[in-house]
Amino acid sequence: MSAIRGKVAVKLGDHIDTDLIYPGRFLNITDRDKTPQHLFELAYPEIRGQLGAGDFLVAGRNFGCGSSREQATSAIKLAGCGAVIAASFARIFFRNSINLGLPVVVSPRAAAGLQPGDEVVVDLAAGRILNLRTEESYPATPLDQQAVELLEAGGLIPYLKRKHGY
Amino acid sequence: MGMTLAEKILARASGRETVAPDQIVTASIDLAMSHENADLVRKSFREIGAARVWDPDRIVIILDHRVPAESEITAATHKAIREFVEAQHIRHFYDVGRGGICHQVLAERGHVLPGMVVVGTDSHTTTHGAFGAFATGIGATEMAGVWTEGSLWFKVPATIRIEVNGDLAPWVSAKDLILYIIGELGADGADYRAVEFDGPVIADLTVASRMVLTNLAMEMGAKVAFTPVDGALLEYLYERTGSEIPLSLSFESDPDADYERVIFVDAGDSIPEPVVACPHSVDRVRPVSDLEDVRVNQAVLGSCTNGRLEDLELAARVIGSRKVHPRTRLLVVPASQQVYLDAIRLGYIQRLVAAGAMVNPPGCGPCVGVHQGILAAGEVCISSTNRNFIGRMGSKDSQVYLASPAVVAASAVAGHIAHPGDIGKGVAA
Repeated sequence: MSAIRGKVAVKLGDHIDTDLIYPGRFLNITDRDKTPQHLFELAYPEIRGQLGAGDFLVAGRNFGCGSSREQATSAIKLAGCGAVIAASFARIFFRNSINLGLPVVVSPRAAAGLQPGDEVVVDLAAGRILNLRTEESYPATPLDQQAVELLEAGGLIPYLKRKHGY
Repeated sequence: MGMTLAEKILARASGRETVAPDQIVTASIDLAMSHENADLVRKSFREIGAARVWDPDRIVIILDHRVPAESEITAATHKAIREFVEAQHIRHFYDVGRGGICHQVLAERGHVLPGMVVVGTDSHTTTHGAFGAFATGIGATEMAGVWTEGSLWFKVPATIRIEVNGDLAPWVSAKDLILYIIGELGADGADYRAVEFDGPVIADLTVASRMVLTNLAMEMGAKVAFTPVDGALLEYLYERTGSEIPLSLSFESDPDADYERVIFVDAGDSIPEPVVACPHSVDRVRPVSDLEDVRVNQAVLGSCTNGRLEDLELAARVIGSRKVHPRTRLLVVPASQQVYLDAIRLGYIQRLVAAGAMVNPPGCGPCVGVHQGILAAGEVCISSTNRNFIGRMGSKDSQVYLASPAVVAASAVAGHIAHPGDIGKGVAA
């Protein structure tokens, strides 16, 4: 899990909020598998067709600001996204992502430098992002050990199942 | 080196003498609150596989986002939550007609006390820092972990202290103060931080108004936010719990605590008149008098930010015997059943209805954009709520301006964004 590879499919700007990612009107859908159907429904529905399996989403500052709705994370994750790289994240979205097993990477320089189509390798624990197209390397904030363990387990649910032997 | 209040609470809850910013600690949870998303929590909890929740008496579930059920899907969700609550012996459950908005119900039923660690599956859980609690929002799966283990890991936040001096100008409220601060710091200006509001202006605010500050601190990214634990708060809590909080406990930062940043605001100089947050970001803050040419189709008075008794009282006073403007709809949403009852008893509801307002049932109302006041493309709303993201209250081509209850009421009467002092000639601020 420590290094992941993918293609940048989509690049978004600053302050992409959870209502943009997953509108409030669909919050009564509590079946996670159905959430990708409404990903970016209001403003960027075309992204649903652009995100292939394992593709990366790149964004600016404060990605995922707003509501605590976990559907924002599950919609991105279950649409096939392999990781989100952003200049910064809102904290609840960041934790939701770790808990659902979606890698999230903080790197202002990668967020500025990466372009759609770039092939990227991310080392989560070391905090390094390599752009295979340009051979540029960008520093990222290394994930805390706790977060790496959760991601390696596939998220909080499998982590707790194993921990408690359920 | 002393500790901030956030550090003190996390140290106590994690069984340590001291903690410092960026340290990761596992803290025991005193209170775990959920609303309709308890159904998501329930599903994750079932996937984890535990048979029983860790402590049913520390879980509070309050239906507020879609009450009464607006669709068959929601009705099924509510039903599943009721069945879970019964099976798990969760006695703090507030069903349709018994509660109101989760944050208001937690407050008025005395669930939150100083020094607690509170988590809620709602981002505005920061509100409960007005009661001296380390209170923050988490996601549904994380809450399922709390229901399983009764604890959670936290990164200890650094603290920003905001000291507010001077005097609030006429018609300037806690809402204007926090919108001004967010406008200065930006929508991510307090990301991951604890925020402490203090100073003479804060000390003079009612508990309800302090909740406005801690509620909206979330909109600048704060993890937790605090207002002082003082005599006014202890009186509020005593009225609701019937028990005295031992004053031997310290619920304030040490004098030598280490702040990341200290910000001084002179309220009178900085905020000479009410302010409004313009679409589509809470930090696009402008003086109300700059916006008087903005015509308003809908005005919303309510939410966990500003749907309390003092807000309804102020709106009723601003409107007086006037009528809501013909082109404008005024929607009033009391924050709880208790607020609703009190507002009826005191005549505020009668005055608002006579003016042409429609009263929605206590709950989140149109704030989440699911029912009870959806906006059409091209429509403009002025709202006492907390978010004006694109499409938040309906069409992606609608616009939401955020303001105080007084400005919302004045705008409803004027039909455009208005200063309450201009329409309220003869009304005392």
